[in-house]
Amino acid sequence: MQTTSHAFKDNARKAMADVDLRTALKRVETGFTTARRKAADRLPEFEDLRDAGRDIKNHVLENLDFYLERFEERVIAQGGKVHWCSTPREARETILKLCRSVDARTATKGKSMIAEEIALNPFLEANGIEPIETDLGEYIIQLADEPPSHIIGPAVHKTKDQVSDLFLEHHWKYGRTERQTDPQALVNEAREILRQKYVDADVGITGANFLVAETGSTIIVTNEGNGDLTQMLPKMHIVIASLEKIVPTLDDMATIMRVLARSATGQEMSVYTTLSTGTRREGDLDGPEEFHVVLLDNGRSEMVGTELQELLRCIRCGACMNHCPVYHTVGGHAYGWVYPGPIGAALDPHFLGIEEARHLPSASTFCGKCEEVCPMRIPLPRIMRYWREQAFERRVGPPLERAGIRFWAFFARRPALYRLATRLAIRVLRRLAGRRGVLTALPFAGGWTDGRDLPAPEGRTFQELWKSGRRSP
Amino acid sequence: MTVSSREKILSGIRRGLKRGPLEGSARDAVEARLADLKRNLIPARGQLDRAGQLRLFREMAEMLDATVEIVDGPDAVPAAVDGFLGRHNLPKTLRMAPHETLEALPWAEKAPLLELNRGAARVEDQAGLGMAFAGVAETGTLVFLSGGNSPATVNFLPDNHVAVLRASDIAGAYEEVWTRIRADREPGTLPRTVNLISGPSRTADIEQMLIKGAHGPRRLHIIIVPDDEAA
Ligand code: SF4
Repeated sequence: MQTTSHAFKDNARKAMADVDLRTALKRVETGFTTARRKAADRLPEFEDLRDAGRDIKNHVLENLDFYLERFEERVIAQGGKVHWCSTPREARETILKLCRSVDARTATKGKSMIAEEIALNPFLEANGIEPIETDLGEYIIQLADEPPSHIIGPAVHKTKDQVSDLFLEHHWKYGRTERQTDPQALVNEAREILRQKYVDADVGITGANFLVAETGSTIIVTNEGNGDLTQMLPKMHIVIASLEKIVPTLDDMATIMRVLARSATGQEMSVYTTLSTGTRREGDLDGPEEFHVVLLDNGRSEMVGTELQELLRCIRCGACMNHCPVYHTVGGHAYGWVYPGPIGAALDPHFLGIEEARHLPSASTFCGKCEEVCPMRIPLPRIMRYWREQAFERRVGPPLERAGIRFWAFFARRPALYRLATRLAIRVLRRLAGRRGVLTALPFAGGWTDGRDLPAPEGRTFQELWKSGRRSP
Repeated sequence: MTVSSREKILSGIRRGLKRGPLEGSARDAVEARLADLKRNLIPARGQLDRAGQLRLFREMAEMLDATVEIVDGPDAVPAAVDGFLGRHNLPKTLRMAPHETLEALPWAEKAPLLELNRGAARVEDQAGLGMAFAGVAETGTLVFLSGGNSPATVNFLPDNHVAVLRASDIAGAYEEVWTRIRADREPGTLPRTVNLISGPSRTADIEQMLIKGAHGPRRLHIIIVPDDEAA
C-alpha cells in the first residue's frame, strides 16, 4: 500500500472535515468500548488472563527461534510446507509462484493484515490472478479501492448508503440492478455473489491469528465463516502470517483467545475459531490438497532484543484504536499506512522509517488509554515516546518541529510534571486564544494538532478535554 | 532463496537474543514446557459440575442465537431434525456427515420422508447435519474434527446447520477438549481442521449493525442427547 504517513497533518485535517467519517468514528468510540467493558466485567479472571497472555508471549519471544523451527517441523510432518520470507517482496513472489503452480486464475482471500502489509492484491492483479476478498468489510473496501481503516473492521468508515452505491455499481454485471438499502439485503447480496467464487477459486489465502508450535497449526478467528469457505474449497490453502504469531501449545492459544475477542469486539468468543493443520488426510471428504505457510519477517526479527520487542506481543485486536481519542478524531486512513491507531503509531515507524512516519508517534494525547486496554499490556505510549526521541536525535523534520519535540520530550519523561505544567499553562493558553476562544496551535501537543483548532481550555487540561470528548467542530 | 531467508531470520532472532541456537539446560527447559502441556489459568465458569456445565452451555449458545433442543434419547434425534426442517419450511433433504453415531440412528423408522445425502457439502445444500466432537460450556462453543466421517464443509456451506451433541461430551473449558483430542492421536498432530463454532455466522461490517448469516450458516440448531445422569 502506498504510504501517506508523511502527510498525516493534511490527512487528519481532511478527515476531520468529513461528516460521514465523524459519524462512523462515533460508533467505534461508543460501540466497541462499551462492548469491551461489558465483556471484561463478565469475566472476573479477565485481568489475570491478560497477565498470563503477556507472560506466554514474553516466553515465546525469548525462545522464538526454537518455536518457529518446531512449528515448521510439525507442518512438514503433516503434509504442509513453510516458506520463510525476509521481505514483503519475497513473500509476494512466493505466493505468486504457488498460485502459478496450480495455474490459478482466481484466489479467494480471508482477512489478513499481513496481506495488506505486503500489498498482495495489486501484485497478484498485475500478474493476472484475481484476488477476491471474502470478508464483508474487506470486500466492501476492495470494491471501493480503498485501504482498510481499522485492523478488525476494515470498512468501519463506510456508511450503509455508500455500500448500497458500491454494490449497485459493481453487482450490475451479475444482474443485480436494484439498489438495496436494507443491511440484511446487502449482506445477502454479497453472500450470494461470493458463494460461487469460493467454489471456483483455485487457491484460498487466509491470514492467521495464531501459529501453534505443538501441532503446526495455523488459526483464524472470524465471525462470518468466510475464512473457512476460503480454505476448505480450493485445492490449495496458503496461509500468510508474520512470525510473532507463534504460541507454544493449544493451551497457550486458549488463554490468549480468551482475551482476544473480548478486547476486540466485546464478544465472549468469535463465531468461528479454526485450527488448520497440514493437508487433507487420507479418507477425508474435503479440504485442500496443498497447505503452505508463508512466514513473513519484514524486519520483525530485528525488533527482538530492542526497545520494540514488546510490540511483538500484539495480537491485532484493535482495542488500542477503539479507545484512542486521536483515532476517534482522524480515523484510520489519516495514519497513511496499514496499521492505524496507537499500535500503528508505535509500529509504522519501524516499517516505514522515522522520516516518513515521524508524525504518527506524536499523535498522542497521553491519556494512556491504549496501554490500559491492550490485552497484551504493551507499553504503547512509551514506544511512541521512544520514536519521538529517535526523530529528534536523527534530526528528521523541520527545525521548528524538532525544537517542539525537545521541549515535549522533557515533559514526556515526567508525566506528573507534564500535567502540572499544562494546568499552569491553562491561563496562558486562554490568553493566547483571546476572544475567539479557539486555539490554532497548542505548544505542548506538538506536530499533529497544528492543522486544527482546539477549543480553548475552560479551566481543564488538554488531556482532560480529550477524555471528556470535547473537541473542535 | 528460502533456505537463506530461513537462516537469515533465525540468526537475526538469535542475534537479538544474544545467544546461539538453544542448547543444554535452556533447551531442556523449553522442551519440558512443550512436553508438559500444562494448563494455564482457567476461568471459574469453565469448572462447574456436570449439571452446571450443561446449563451454562445451553445459556451461552442461546445467547449467541443458536437454538438448543434437549431430546429424550438418540432415537428422538431423527424426529428433532425433521421438526427443525419443518419449522423453517425447508425441503426434507439433508446433507449428513457419514458419522457412525449418526448412521446408527433410526432414520428410516422415525423420519421416513427425510432424504439423506452423505459426503462433503455442496453449494446447493440447504441443511447440513454434523456430529460434534465436543461442546464447551464456557462460551457455548461446539467443536468439530474433520475426517472421513465428518467433512468440514457440512458445517459451513448449507444455510442451516444442525449439530448433534452428546451431553457427556460437554466440557467446561477448551483445555479439556484439547486433552481429549490428544488422547487418541500421535503427539503433535491434529486432524486437518478443528472447528470451534459459537453460534451462527454474523457480521457487523455495515455500520456495526449485527447481521446474521454472513457467509456461514444463518441458523445453528443444537440437538443435545442426554447420555449421562447430569442431563
Ligand atoms: S497493541 Fe494491544 S490493543 Fe493494540 S492491537 Fe495490539 S494487542 Fe490489541
